[in-house]
Amino acid sequence: MISIKVQTAPFNVGIETQLAHQNNLSAGALVCFSGFVRDFNDGRNVRSLHLEHFPGMTEKSLQKIAEEACARWPLLKVNIIHRVGTLNLGEPIVFVATLSAHRDAAFHACAFIMDYLKTRAPFWKKEQSAQGSVWVESKDSDQYAAKKWQESRTQKENFE
Amino acid sequence: MLKVLFFARYRETLGTEQLDLPYHPDLTHLEEVRKTLAKQGGKWQVLNDTGLMCARNQELVELHTPIQDGDELAFFPTVTGG
Repeated sequence: MISIKVQTAPFNVGIETQLAHQNNLSAGALVCFSGFVRDFNDGRNVRSLHLEHFPGMTEKSLQKIAEEACARWPLLKVNIIHRVGTLNLGEPIVFVATLSAHRDAAFHACAFIMDYLKTRAPFWKKEQSAQGSVWVESKDSDQYAAKKWQESRTQKENFE
Repeated sequence: MLKVLFFARYRETLGTEQLDLPYHPDLTHLEEVRKTLAKQGGKWQVLNDTGLMCARNQELVELHTPIQDGDELAFFPTVTGG
């Protein structure tokens, strides 16, 4: 019920959304988050993005994050896809799908997974723009977003 | 022997992605390894970065985490995936 994919190949958000729900008749709620390569960041016109990662640790850390989500909320399925390598404008970078009987668990778990992924999974973005290439700086807001989940350890029972 | 890996900006600055460091009992925690490398000065000072993160055997840990001979350690800038 947990699927983790780290890949260079592009994926189709629509197809992945359908696959996430497939064959799960107990699922009343599917929440999907997709992140895309944006054309503008910190005043720079972005041309493309390069994603570096730590092979081996990346998959383990995503698995751990998905398992923690399953421990906190009653989930039927967690699918995570994250791309690495060179990505063009408008292409999907990340996809997280959470499937549950009811929407509350699916909403919360999807947000939790993204907040933890952004602060704990070993990926680094390098932007290519007309000014050259620069490593993307981390944002304090991402750290705060992840921290709030540590402070409020939502219990699984609340959503059953 | 300790295997030490570097990623992203650190890898570029250091011009290396991996080095082997002879194990010494004084290297009790990741912090000692970081300090030993950083005090070489020059490009190694990148390891004094405030956003430094580290891993021991492919698991995210803090600098005060104890280490053992044979460990694979990694130092990298704050992650920016997603």
